[in-house]
Amino acid sequence: MFRFVARRVIAVAVTLVAVSFLVFALSRIAGDPRELYLGEFTTQEQWDAWGRQMGLHRPFLVQYLVWLGKAVTGDLGISLREQRPVTDIVIEKVPATLQLGLAAFALATVLGFLLGVLAAVKRGSTVDYIGRTFAVLGQATPPFWLGIMLILLFAVELQWLPSGRRLGPNSLVLPTITLGWLAVAANMRLVRSSMLEILDSEYIKLARSKGVSVRRVIWKHALRNAMIPPLTQAGLTLASFIAGAVITETVFAWPGMGRMAVEAVNQNDFPLLVGAVLTISFMYLAMNFAVDLAYGLIDPRIRYS
Amino acid sequence: MTEAPTDATTALRSETPKASRPNRLWTRFRRWPAVPMLILGVLVFGAVFAPLVAPHSPTLATLRDRAKPPVWAEGGSARYILGTDHQGRDVLSRIIYGTRISLIIAVVAVSVSLAAGTAMGLVSGYYGGAVDEAIMRFVDLIRSIPFLLVALVFVVVFGQSFILLLILLSITAWTGYARQVRAEALQLREREYVQSAKIAGASSLRIIYRHILPGVVSTITVISTLQVGSLILAEASLSFLGAGVPPPTPAWGSMVADGRNYLQRAPWIATFPGMAILLTVLAFNFLGDWLRDYFDPRLRQLGTRAR
Repeated sequence: MFRFVARRVIAVAVTLVAVSFLVFALSRIAGDPRELYLGEFTTQEQWDAWGRQMGLHRPFLVQYLVWLGKAVTGDLGISLREQRPVTDIVIEKVPATLQLGLAAFALATVLGFLLGVLAAVKRGSTVDYIGRTFAVLGQATPPFWLGIMLILLFAVELQWLPSGRRLGPNSLVLPTITLGWLAVAANMRLVRSSMLEILDSEYIKLARSKGVSVRRVIWKHALRNAMIPPLTQAGLTLASFIAGAVITETVFAWPGMGRMAVEAVNQNDFPLLVGAVLTISFMYLAMNFAVDLAYGLIDPRIRYS
Repeated sequence: MTEAPTDATTALRSETPKASRPNRLWTRFRRWPAVPMLILGVLVFGAVFAPLVAPHSPTLATLRDRAKPPVWAEGGSARYILGTDHQGRDVLSRIIYGTRISLIIAVVAVSVSLAAGTAMGLVSGYYGGAVDEAIMRFVDLIRSIPFLLVALVFVVVFGQSFILLLILLSITAWTGYARQVRAEALQLREREYVQSAKIAGASSLRIIYRHILPGVVSTITVISTLQVGSLILAEASLSFLGAGVPPPTPAWGSMVADGRNYLQRAPWIATFPGMAILLTVLAFNFLGDWLRDYFDPRLRQLGTRAR
C-alpha cells in the first residue's frame, strides 16, 4: 500500500509541475509580463526597475521556481481587470463551481444507477429501450447546445425556470441537468452492463433457488456488487464536473471558476486566467488522487498493477 | 484513471432475451449500418460539393434579411429554408459549409493521432520495460490535464487558428490509441507466430510492422470512428467558447454561440447547427459501435470511457 500511495503522490506532483510549467512558459511566450502592468508612458528607468523587482534578469528556470513558490503559498498575482489579488477572486468562485458539480454528481449517480438497474432487470423492455436510446443520445449531444435548448424550452417558452445566474435553488436545475446529462448516460450504461453480468452469476441463482425474493436479490445481492465498476468511475465523474464546468457555467452565466476563466480570456486578463487554470487543475488532480486511493483501498488488485 | 471493464457479452450469450417490438427493430437496424452510412454519405457529399449544394454564400450578410425564420414558420420563405442568422446569413448554407470544417478537423486530427498513438502503443507494448513505463506515464500525464482550460490558454497566447486547433486536438487524441494498441501488442507479442519470427531472425521493426500491426488494425479502426465523434464535439466546444476556427469561417460550435443571444426572437439560429453536430456524432458513434461488433464483440469496452 505504501508503494502504491507513493507512486500516486509522485504522479500527481509530476502532473502539477508539468501543468504549472506549461502555463508559466505560455505566459512568458505571450509577452513581457511588464507590458501587462505598465502603460505606454513608462520611462526606461521605470521599465528596468520593474524588471529587477520582478526578477526578469534571472534565468528562466529560477523565475519559474520563484513563481511556483508564490503560487503554492497562494500568491497568484493581481488581476488586470479587477485590480485585486487573483487568489481572492478565485476563492470567491469556488463555492459556485462546487455546488454545481455536486448537484450534477448527485443527479448522475441517483438517476444513472436507477435507470441502469431498471434497464438491466427489465432487459429488452420499453424501459430498457428508452434508457439505451437516452444513453446513446447523451453521448452525442453537445453539452452547450443541450443547455441552450433547455433554456429555450424551460426559460423562454414555458417560463418555468430562470435561464441563468445563480439566484436560488430554481436556477440550479437547468445547469445541473446540462452538466450531469452525459454522466447519467455513462453511469446508466455501466450499471446496466455490470448488473447484467452479475444477475447471471451463480450466487444470484443460488440466492434465488434458496427462496430469496426477486426484489431482495436485485437490490441487496446484485446491486452491491454491480456498483463497484460505476463507483470507481463516479469519482472521476465528479472531478471532470469540476474541470468541465467551463461550458455549462458559460451557457448559464453561472458565477463559477470556469466562467471566470472564459471571461478572463475575453478580457485579456492573463493573470486571472492562469490562476483559474492552476486552481481548477489542482482540484481536478486532487480529486483524481482521492479516487485512486479509494479504489486502491477497495480493490487490492489495483495496488499491485 | 483506470477504465472499468464493462464486458456484458458473457451475460448476453447465456440467455436469449425476449425480444419486444422495439428491440427486434433494433437488431435489424444494427445488422447493417444503413442509416449512419446514409447520413455520413450526405455529410461528405455536402462538404465536398458545398459551393454547389449550398443555396447561398455562407459569409455573405444580407442585412435586409436579418433573422428570417425557417420556411415552415410564420414569415419564413423558401429562399432561406432554415432561416437566416442575426447578420442575415443563410443558416442552411452555413451548416453545409460548417460540415467541411468539422469533418476536415476531425479527419486530420484522427489521422495524426492515429499515426502517433499507434506507433507509441506498438513500441510501448512490444519493447516493454522502461520504454513502456515512460510512454505510459506520459500518456497518464496528458490525460490528467484538464484539456479545455489548457487549450484556452494556448489560444490566448497564440491566437485562434486552424493549425493550433488541429495540434491541440491531436495531442489529446493520440493517448487513446497508445493505450489500447499497447494492451493488444502486449498480448500479440507472446503469440507463437511472433515468437517464431523472432527466432527466424526477423528484426524488431519487421516484426512490429509485419506481424503485430496487422493484429491491431481492427482496434484502431473502431477507435478512429468513435474518436471522430468525440473530436467533433471537442472542436464544437472550443468553437463555442470562441477558441476554435477564427470567424467568419462557419463552424457549428460558433454558430450555436452566435444564436445564444437571439434565443427569444430567433431560436433557429442556435437550434439547427446543434442538431447538425448531434446527428453527425450520432452517425459516427453508431458506425463505430457497429464496426466494433463486426470485428470483435469483446471490444465492447472501447467506447464506454466517460469523458
